Amino acid sequence: MSETATHTVQVTADDRPDRGLRLADEEMCLSAEDLKLYYGDDQALKGIDIRIPKNRITAFIGPSGCGKSTFLRCFNRMNDLIDAARIEGTIRLDGEDIYGADVDVPELRRRVGMVFQKPNPFPKSIYENVAYGLRLQGVKNRRRLDDVVERSLRRAALWDEVKDRLHENAFGLSGGQQQRLVIARAIAIDPEVLLLDEPCSALDPLATLKIEELMMELKKDYTLVIVTHNMQQAARVSDFTAFMYMGELIEYADTDTLFTSPAKKQTEDYITGRFG
Amino acid sequence: MDTSFFKQHISTQFNEELEDIIKRVMAMGGLVEQQLADAVNAMVEGDTEQAETVMTTDYRINAMEVEIDEQCTHILARRQPTASDLRLVIAVIKTITDLERMGDEAERIGRMGLHLLEADRQTAPMSDLAEMGEHVRHMTRGALDAFARMDTEQAVRVAQQDIQIDSLYESVTHKLMKQMTAAPDAVPRLMDVVWAARALERIGDRARNICEYVVYFVKGKNVRHTSYEQMAAEATGDRH
Repeated sequence: MSETATHTVQVTADDRPDRGLRLADEEMCLSAEDLKLYYGDDQALKGIDIRIPKNRITAFIGPSGCGKSTFLRCFNRMNDLIDAARIEGTIRLDGEDIYGADVDVPELRRRVGMVFQKPNPFPKSIYENVAYGLRLQGVKNRRRLDDVVERSLRRAALWDEVKDRLHENAFGLSGGQQQRLVIARAIAIDPEVLLLDEPCSALDPLATLKIEELMMELKKDYTLVIVTHNMQQAARVSDFTAFMYMGELIEYADTDTLFTSPAKKQTEDYITGRFG
Repeated sequence: MDTSFFKQHISTQFNEELEDIIKRVMAMGGLVEQQLADAVNAMVEGDTEQAETVMTTDYRINAMEVEIDEQCTHILARRQPTASDLRLVIAVIKTITDLERMGDEAERIGRMGLHLLEADRQTAPMSDLAEMGEHVRHMTRGALDAFARMDTEQAVRVAQQDIQIDSLYESVTHKLMKQMTAAPDAVPRLMDVVWAARALERIGDRARNICEYVVYFVKGKNVRHTSYEQMAAEATGDRH
């Protein structure tokens, strides 16, 4: 180390090649510009700017009530379902404003799928759960349905566990299996983005690891955005992490940087478990 | 960085664990400093008993390294530290590795002292060696102090003391070489003095490493293999 001081190599800490992913190098999928959201008179999101890269896992972390789930729901206009919610600013998917006047919202929700905290399979068979979206689209061809169901279940790493009982009720599956079934249902209609809102908080550690492993596979084909309370989960699975606090985006960086050397003290205090 | 920073976790047990490893590093560093002073004194004064004590005390430093290392492993496994906590644990692991090696160098100096004849002691530049030893001891203390205070500016000042140690080393070896040329039959014994000076110079390098770890864990900036100017720039830059 120091004995080589006479052969000093000039490198600045920020130029080191081992920093891994950089936002600047990424192709972008989703973006929010000065996004504000109000529930009646309460402002839940205070002007958020973010660009979410394609085929990556981006995690939103932050304490309860920081607005991360609210923000996630903006990306497929789930907040439209809440009467008191009002949005200002822009969200773009592949450059198009998803709040534009001519946007087909059901089509948007096909392109931007969502998985919730609690697995919510329909009270139908495993097969029908996965085929549901296609049937809604009017697909009747049995062979095509069979193909998509099998492919989706394989992609969701569930096929081997359910292939002999496809026509049994989905409620007979374990929580972890139900969550993977819901993911299979979401990807059966070929989305571009998957929004995951605390997808593992109702699962045991092994089922959680299976979902995380599945996410790593899925990012090859989809852009994933996950909201999680579990910081270790964000550190394990995500490529980029956004830390939110009180409706603001405090810090957004590649996960390596955010978890080893965050730029903001608030981020540091939160991820290290200090009094905020 | 405020030194109370590591006491602010919601988990008090985690606070205690981090405080405990810092305390242990300081205790280990204190012992290394003592060994270093004793080894140099034993060599300069020809105190064989003290040299023996230095050699038999080294195991305690080794044992401390293993203990702290295990504690760090437990923290990594059970706490999954992030950000400054992670950097602290990494800095501790690296610091104790350097401290352990510094202890080995001190032991080596003690052993060299045993071989030296009184006649050689009269002619060898022992006062220079003693001065070098004092500088190195001072630098080691400064590095540990900067660590305990999480003071990057002090770390930079201490790291720069290595320049002086390097130049003392050069001057000692130069004098020894002249002496060896004049009295070739003393070469085997005087080589021990060369090795002792070399050991001191290496301890200085390792103390500098510790200063670099201080900048790393306080500022999140890796200043290894950089110039002193760059180290100073990173050390004074804003972190948050």
